[in-house]
Amino acid sequence: MGERVRLTINGVVREDEVEPRALLVHHLRETVGLTGTHVGCDTSQCGACTVLLDGEAVKSCTVLAVQADGAAITTIEGLAQGDQLHPLQQAFWDEHGLQCGYCTPGFIMTATKLLADNPDPSDDEIRIGLEGNLCRCTGYVNILKAVRTASRRMRDVSVAGAPARDTAALPAQG
Amino acid sequence: MIPAPFEYRRATDLDQATLLLRELGPEAKVLAGGHSLIPLMRLRLAQPSALVDIGRIPGLTSITVQGDRLHIGALVRHCDLAGSQVVRRALPLLAEMALEVGDLQVRARGTIGGAIAHADSAGDYPTLALMLDAEILTTHGSHPARGFFQHLFTTPLQPDEVVRELVFPVAPGPHRYIKFRRRRCDWAIVGAAAQRLGDSWRLGLTNVGPTPMRAARSEAVLAAGGTVTEAALEAADGLTPPTDIRASADYRRHLARVLTRRALEQAAA
Amino acid sequence: MALSQLIGARIQRREDPRLVTGHGRFTDDRAPRGCCALEVVRSPHPHAAVGAIDIARAAAAPGVLRVLTAADFHEVLQGSMPVTPSFVADKRQVPPRFPIASEEAVYQGEPVAVVVARSPAAAADAAQLVEVDYRPLAAVVDLTAALAPAGPRAHQGAPDNVCWDVTYVGGDVDRAFAEAEVVVRERILQQRLAPTAMEGRVVVADHDRYDNRMTIWLGSQNPHFIRLFVSQALGMAETQVRVVSQDVGGGFGSKISPYPEDYLVPAAALLVGQPVKWVETRTEAMAGTSHGRGQVFDVEVAARRDGTLLGMRLVQTLDVGAYCGTFGAFQAVAVYVAPGPYRWGGVEGRTVGVLTNKVPTDPYRGAGRPEATHLVERAVDLVARELTMDPAELRRRNFATTFPFTNPFGFVYDSGDYPGTLDRALAAVDYPGLRRRQAELRTQGRYLGIGLSTYVEICGFGPSVPTAAATGGIALVEGAQVRVFPTGSVAVYVGTHAQGQGHDTTFAQIVADTLGVPLDQVELHHGDTDEGTGFGYGTYGSRSLSVGGMAVRGASVAVREKARRLAAHLLEAAEADVEFADGRFAVRGSPASQRTFQEVALAAYGASLPAGMEHGLEAVHYFDPRNFVWPFGAHVCVVEVDVETGQVTIPRYVAVDDCGTVINPMIVEGQIHGGIAQGIGQALFEEVVYDPGSGQLLTASLLDYLVPTINELPVPECSRTVTPSPSNELGVKGVGEAGTIAASAAVINAICDALQPFGIRHVDMPASPDRLWTQIEEARRR
Repeated sequence: MGERVRLTINGVVREDEVEPRALLVHHLRETVGLTGTHVGCDTSQCGACTVLLDGEAVKSCTVLAVQADGAAITTIEGLAQGDQLHPLQQAFWDEHGLQCGYCTPGFIMTATKLLADNPDPSDDEIRIGLEGNLCRCTGYVNILKAVRTASRRMRDVSVAGAPARDTAALPAQG
Repeated sequence: MIPAPFEYRRATDLDQATLLLRELGPEAKVLAGGHSLIPLMRLRLAQPSALVDIGRIPGLTSITVQGDRLHIGALVRHCDLAGSQVVRRALPLLAEMALEVGDLQVRARGTIGGAIAHADSAGDYPTLALMLDAEILTTHGSHPARGFFQHLFTTPLQPDEVVRELVFPVAPGPHRYIKFRRRRCDWAIVGAAAQRLGDSWRLGLTNVGPTPMRAARSEAVLAAGGTVTEAALEAADGLTPPTDIRASADYRRHLARVLTRRALEQAAA
Repeated sequence: MALSQLIGARIQRREDPRLVTGHGRFTDDRAPRGCCALEVVRSPHPHAAVGAIDIARAAAAPGVLRVLTAADFHEVLQGSMPVTPSFVADKRQVPPRFPIASEEAVYQGEPVAVVVARSPAAAADAAQLVEVDYRPLAAVVDLTAALAPAGPRAHQGAPDNVCWDVTYVGGDVDRAFAEAEVVVRERILQQRLAPTAMEGRVVVADHDRYDNRMTIWLGSQNPHFIRLFVSQALGMAETQVRVVSQDVGGGFGSKISPYPEDYLVPAAALLVGQPVKWVETRTEAMAGTSHGRGQVFDVEVAARRDGTLLGMRLVQTLDVGAYCGTFGAFQAVAVYVAPGPYRWGGVEGRTVGVLTNKVPTDPYRGAGRPEATHLVERAVDLVARELTMDPAELRRRNFATTFPFTNPFGFVYDSGDYPGTLDRALAAVDYPGLRRRQAELRTQGRYLGIGLSTYVEICGFGPSVPTAAATGGIALVEGAQVRVFPTGSVAVYVGTHAQGQGHDTTFAQIVADTLGVPLDQVELHHGDTDEGTGFGYGTYGSRSLSVGGMAVRGASVAVREKARRLAAHLLEAAEADVEFADGRFAVRGSPASQRTFQEVALAAYGASLPAGMEHGLEAVHYFDPRNFVWPFGAHVCVVEVDVETGQVTIPRYVAVDDCGTVINPMIVEGQIHGGIAQGIGQALFEEVVYDPGSGQLLTASLLDYLVPTINELPVPECSRTVTPSPSNELGVKGVGEAGTIAASAAVINAICDALQPFGIRHVDMPASPDRLWTQIEEARRR
């Protein structure tokens, strides 16, 4: 038996029929085709599937698509504006905050929420904010650095009165 | 990874939730934040025939102080508790505990009502509810916390009964919860809570048996004028902790004593 | 030639824009049209006789196309999954392994049936309906019990559980022990670990019946080997099978060997006549993806009272699992490198491979080398303690100092400066100050520990003669092809493949430097067996740069030299007079006479070639290294142990590593960070646990298998020395495993140092609070 689910995903409204058992992550990946949200476990540990649901960072493997009905979802694909990377995306790139890149979308989405709540977090606050995301490549050293860098850049820009994204000019390839 | 099929019904109020649960039978389960239930369903360790989603029922997300009682709606999330000024003033230990539940994403979905109804003895809130003699208000009436946590995952809740509110005493005094675990995001290997309530200490323990435990002997030693160290030595009295891959029963008994002492020392500091 | 600015530069990775925006190309991200889902029905028993399999209910379930068992797969798959000699050519018994069990299931998680259905949900539902008649058999779990003459066998009817038992002797061990003034002994455990790449394994297969071409997409560290093995099993020519591996979400050794699903998925695609996809769940990964380590070492070391190390005897007892992993015996390399960076009179090592009813062990980051380092670094600390000598001093007295240095087993360490890295690491932590602080804190009942780990690592597999013997025929050299287009842009094909190591960037740096072209004119291709050289040897054992990168370098040099000949012709100069710098060929002494690399590239496709020169500008180069490469370094870990709870914290971690010439320091640091994290993970957190009685896997999820999070790991202070390798022109070594190889010993040595006042000599891993508290309590009672 299908349920109608209406979601605003990265600003675009769409309505689909889903099975009640469809997890939000499967709906996003398989029905909507947004494959940037990843699955790394089946016990809500790894955080690779993190998306924003009405502004909250949630593990989309632990939310039924039907539970999200009516919500606004932001996935990793919805962060950049054209070629303009979000400051967190830019900082992960600049600071080598990723290696294989599989966990990266989840980290960036969680960090987005973290910085929205706390624009100037201490290292300990960053750690506590990101404890629900596992990375097996980086030892988290450069992830911590990337979040710090993004936080600084976003604050610098908001002090200057320009939108935060303007810091994230794409440098030349390579 | 994919749950077995089930019927999904969204309740608009508590009466309807009760009716739906009755209609769908004992294999139906209540869905709130889903952070206990959905992981079990994904592994097909739980295969309910139906879910009654109470997540949008209005009126279950309030946090209020009424007299000397703190009332918390069943759908209040961990992150709401952690961030609530009301909770921080009335029962700061609950706010601090909430910040140590799961991780940022789990705290954004998981609810206190769900955690209490799940009755996992490794959960943190049941310990606090028990030691502070909280009340669990449901669609069917009220349960004192003492007697509510009957066994692991076992409560007196009827299949059609839904938790609507938790009532704690207001307790702004000295307090401390020490949640001992390997990784900060893990469940407690053992947790020890200390709360000054009125002129006495309340002491609770997490994950030292099939239910949360109150360190009654330790409380009695303190009430009789004993020292913190003396009281803490009694904290493992009567415990039947599990031995599992995280820790042995002996180690858990030892932790119960050490953490109780530290919780009291740090609460007083 | 002088290297220009790209080699050694901190260049941002070219991989990242797609990965940070959610546009990575992981295997599960795409599916061919009409793709079906495959679900594997797995044995829940560690050991069981498999009787009748009733597929009727499953086959009739909604959306199901086929339910397949071993009998069906025998129609399209032949032979046994491969086992290479690796470091043990002479194995006593190798149980044959078909990708799916028929009569006997020998580990929990072994496939017994598969369901192919129209959707993943339908496949999962139907899999629950497959009824298998299992008769549980006694499981072999514990290694000591496994070696008892009586008792259960991992495979029914086997003579015993010994997979191999060989001894290697280097030098005069007996004399060393005869001369000994002190002998220390210890048993050191290496627990089983789950590699836990964040992306699980995924296999997609699509068979084109008209062209008889099979395409297999999967995340792999070596797609060419997978094609070789799977094409043979399918009875297809290698040309009929294409293996494609795009972005891979981590490997750490777990994506080297072929897995049952790598065969079952393409076979199912053949049997069903439609494309098929299988996506591993984490629960399946914990049970069915290879584990690493799983070893017990018994070591004894002979020394003189002045601290001179004389000899070492060791026995490695290795939990092979239920089948011998394709490269499982690689872990026996621990014996060969157990001497570490020290001089010895003689070393004798026996390795015993033991069959058990668990998933096979195979290489996991470091594979044998973390075990060897842990062993020798613990042993050296035990000698130091026995002699009440400072562990740093004891190390200094015994370091190899002249290079090339031949270890007792005949391996030749190419270059090194072992005291150099140790001194630098000790200076970084202010070692004398730290020792004073330690003494002061002990008087306050606080227990600080300082642990050293000085390692040397064999990597860069490898020279053709020994490596061909180890694989049973295929030398682990590497091939690369460089193709220059008429406009001067360059396509590079290489047989290694990346799982996060940034080859797109570092290899392009090498090519851009060699050819003087801009970085963005170089495009790297890897992971697709339809492209590039006839064979690719893959990525493992920190070999990609020192073998693959050198192949890329060699092909680039060949292209440049052809371009130089052509430039000389165009400039009407003698070839010897044409110099190449900054992307230009110029005649020595007349700088106005020059051609850019792009002009020469265009000319290579034109009509003005010198006599005898063929058109085009491309080259293939296979690099066969002269020797392995030998990175080294010194790590210092500082811990504090809460002796009341057994909890360990790491206030400082200092790493000084030397991996030879550095192509991209940012990437090198990242590799070290990640390597240390996995070493600390082993030291303090991670362990695969099987119930010792029933053999059931108890760490079946990431809830119970403790991968450290950002809260549990220190920020290591990393620095480098640079001692180029003489074994290749660039002087590069390897860095992918170094951190892991060094770290566990540094942490455990620090804990043992902290607990010295309790008389605790040794602590096994993971050093969990429970384990430490128990040891401290026992020590207090003594």
